[in-house]
Amino acid sequence: QFSDSAGYVGFANLPNQVHRKSVKKGFEFTLMVVGESGLGKSTLINSLFLTDLYPERYIPGAAEKIERTVQIEASTVEIEERGVKLRLTVVDTPGYGDAINSQDCFKTIIQYIDNQFERYLHDESGLNRRHIIDNRVHCCFYFISPFGHGLKPLDVEFMKALHGKVNIVPVIAKADTLTLKERERLKRRVLDEISEHGIRIYQLPDADSDEDEEFKEQTRVLKASFTPNLFIPFAVIGSNQLIEVKGKKIRGRLYPWGVVEVENPEHNDFLKLRTMLVTHMQDLQEVTQDLHYENFRSERLKRTGKPVEEEVVDKDRILQQKEAELRRMQEMIAQMQAQMRMKPGDD
Amino acid sequence: QNDGYRTLSLSGHVGFGSLPDQLVKKSIKQGFCFNILCIGETGSGKSTLINSLFNTNFDDPASTHFLPNVRLRAQTYELRESNVLLKLTIVNTVGFGDQINKEDSYQPIVDYIDAQFEAYLQEELKIKRSLFTYHDTRIHVCLYFISPTGHSVKSLDLLTMKSLDSKVNIIPIIGKADSISKTELQKFKNKIMSELVSNGVQIYQFPTDDETVSKINTIMNGHLPFAVVGSTEEVKIGNKMVRARQYPWGIVQVENENHCDFVKLREMLICTNMEDLREQTHARHYELYRRCRLEEMGFRDIGPENKPVSLQEAYEAKRHEFYLELQRKEEEMRQQFVQRVKEKETILKEAEQQVQTKFEHHMLMHQEVKLKLEKKKKVLEDEIAMFIEKKANAELLQSQASVSTPVVSLKRDKDRK
Repeated sequence: QFSDSAGYVGFANLPNQVHRKSVKKGFEFTLMVVGESGLGKSTLINSLFLTDLYPERYIPGAAEKIERTVQIEASTVEIEERGVKLRLTVVDTPGYGDAINSQDCFKTIIQYIDNQFERYLHDESGLNRRHIIDNRVHCCFYFISPFGHGLKPLDVEFMKALHGKVNIVPVIAKADTLTLKERERLKRRVLDEISEHGIRIYQLPDADSDEDEEFKEQTRVLKASFTPNLFIPFAVIGSNQLIEVKGKKIRGRLYPWGVVEVENPEHNDFLKLRTMLVTHMQDLQEVTQDLHYENFRSERLKRTGKPVEEEVVDKDRILQQKEAELRRMQEMIAQMQAQMRMKPGDD
Repeated sequence: QNDGYRTLSLSGHVGFGSLPDQLVKKSIKQGFCFNILCIGETGSGKSTLINSLFNTNFDDPASTHFLPNVRLRAQTYELRESNVLLKLTIVNTVGFGDQINKEDSYQPIVDYIDAQFEAYLQEELKIKRSLFTYHDTRIHVCLYFISPTGHSVKSLDLLTMKSLDSKVNIIPIIGKADSISKTELQKFKNKIMSELVSNGVQIYQFPTDDETVSKINTIMNGHLPFAVVGSTEEVKIGNKMVRARQYPWGIVQVENENHCDFVKLREMLICTNMEDLREQTHARHYELYRRCRLEEMGFRDIGPENKPVSLQEAYEAKRHEFYLELQRKEEEMRQQFVQRVKEKETILKEAEQQVQTKFEHHMLMHQEVKLKLEKKKKVLEDEIAMFIEKKANAELLQSQASVSTPVVSLKRDKDRK
C-alpha cells in the first residue's frame, strides 16, 4: 500500500524521463520470417511495415529448388514515426521447405539464432559494454499453409526445435482462400495440434484481466477484439496494391467476385496482427532476454567451453568445499571419541 | 490418302454409312470405362474437384498430414447419364507431399501405373483370354494439382511429372485457384508452362487433328494449366442454387467462366476428349510399356540374322528354352534325390550293423548267464537231494530209537524241539 506523499517530491515525473531517454536512444527489433515458398511472407511483411523490403527478389525455378539449401538474408531498415526511431531487421529464410529432402532445413536457422545469442553473450561478458548491439531474434513469424488441413510434419519439427530459442507466432497467410467456417476449423485444428505436440508458442499477456465479472460479461464482445490470444494463429491477407473502393484508395486484392480489403477486420486478422506486434514489441524483447537468452546462456556456460576466470573460481570453490567436509569429518570423529570416553563411566 | 487404290463413286445408297452408328450402339451396350488418377498434396482440393466435376458426392474422407509414406486409394463407381453407362474409377494419392524427405514420394505412383499396364499385358498374353470382359484399370488421365503459390511448380512436382509423362496423359491443374487474382494468374500460368517446357515434361495436348474439335482444342491448350475451384456447397444466386464458395467479400461460382476454368476442364476432360484420352493411353502409353516389357523378357522383332521374327516363333523358342531348363533342373533334382537316398541308406545300414552287433553281444551274455544259473541250479538240486537223504536216515534212526522208550513223552519232546 502506497500513500500519496504529503508534499511534492517529483518522482512522478520518472515515466516521462524514461520516455524521453528511450526516444533519444531509439528502438531495435529483429523479426524472423519462416515458411515455405509462396505462402505470402514477403507481401505480408511489406504490408505490415508499409514499405518495400524486397525490391529485387530472385525466385528460382523448380529445377533449382530440388537441392536448394536454406539461406539467411537479414535486411535492416530504419523507420521513424512521431519522432520515435525504430531499427527494424527482418530476417528472411529463402529456401525453407524447397528441397526435395527437407531434413536439415532448419539447422541453418538454429545456427543463426544461436550465433546472435553467442555474440550478445560475448559482448555482455566483455570489458567494454558501452555499445552492445542487440541482434538477437525477438520474434519469429511461422507461416502455416492455408491449403492444407492443419500442421504438416515439417511445421511440427521446426516449432519443436525452436520454441525454446525464440518467440514463435504462428500465422496463416493468403487467408482469402478460406471461408470463415474453414478458417475457424483450421485455427482450431492448428491449436489442437500445437498443444498435442507440446509446442510452446508466444503467449500474449491478456489485457484488462483484473476487471470484475459483470463488467467482463457486458463487454465480452468488445473484449474479444482486444484479446489477441483468441485469434492465434492470425489468418491474414497481405497486398502491395492499392485499389479504389468507394472513392478511397486502400490496400487490397481485386477479384472478379469482389475486393478483399487488407485492413478490414471482417475480412481477415491483419489489423490484429499489426496491433499485437506493435503493442507487444517490448514484451517480445523482454521474453527473449529473460527466457530464451537466459536459457541459452546457462546451457552455454554449463558446457566445457567456459571462460578461464570461471574455472579458477570453480577450483577455489571446490577446495573450500573439500576443506569444509574435512572439518566436518574431524568434528564427527572428535564427537565419537568423546562418546567412547564417556561410555566406561556409564557402565 | 492414295495408297494405290482406285476411288470409286457410288450410284446409289448402299447403307454402310451406318457403320459408326453400329459402333456407337455396341459401345453404349458395353458401357464405358474411365480411370482418373489425381495427384496432389493433402488439402489441394482433389476430392472436392472430382465431386464437382461429376456432380455427385463420392465419399472420400479428408486425410491427415502425418502419414509416413505415399499410398494410392482407388474407388470405382457406376454412373449413368442419359442412356450411357460409365464405370468410373478415381485413384487418389494419400499423403503426397507431407513427408519431410520426399525423395521416394513419386515411386508408389509409378509402380501403380505400371501395375495396371502389367495386369493388362498378362491378360493379353494369356492363351485363353477374355479381353472383352476384362475390367480395364489402366489410368487414362492424370490430373496433377499444382499448389497456388503464385511462384512456380515445386521441386516435387517437377520430379513427379518427369517420371510420369511417358506413362500417362498428364493434365496440370491449379487447385484452390480463388486465392490468385487475374493478373497474377496469367503470370503464374506462363511461368508454370515455361518451366515444364524447359525441363522437358510432356503434358497431354488436346488433339488438333480432327477438324470438328481442333479449333476449340487449340484454344484450350493455350489456357493450360486450368485454374479451378471446386465446392461441395451450394449458394443461392438469383433463383438458382449453384456450386459456390461464400466469402465476406463475394461469392465464387464454380461454373462461372469469369471466376475459374472449371467449365473448361469439364468440357475438355469429359465432353470432348475422353475417348481420345482412352485411345492415347492404349495406343501410345500402353504400347510403350508393352514393348519395353517384352524386350526385358527377351523378345525381339528382329532375329539374329536381321530377319524378322514373329512373336510366335520367339515364343516357341522361349518355350523350348524354358522346357530344356526345366528338364535340366528336374534331372538335377533327381540326382540330388538319389544321392540323398544313398547317403541315408548307408547311414541306416551302419546303424543296423551296430544294432546287430549289440544283439549278438547280448545273446552271448545271456547264454553265459544262463549257463551259470544252470550250474547253480544243479548244485542246489544236489544239496536238496542230499538233505532229503539225510532226513530220511534221521527219521529212520528216530523210529528205531522210539521202540525202547515211552513213545508219548519222547514224541512230545521231539515236537517241542
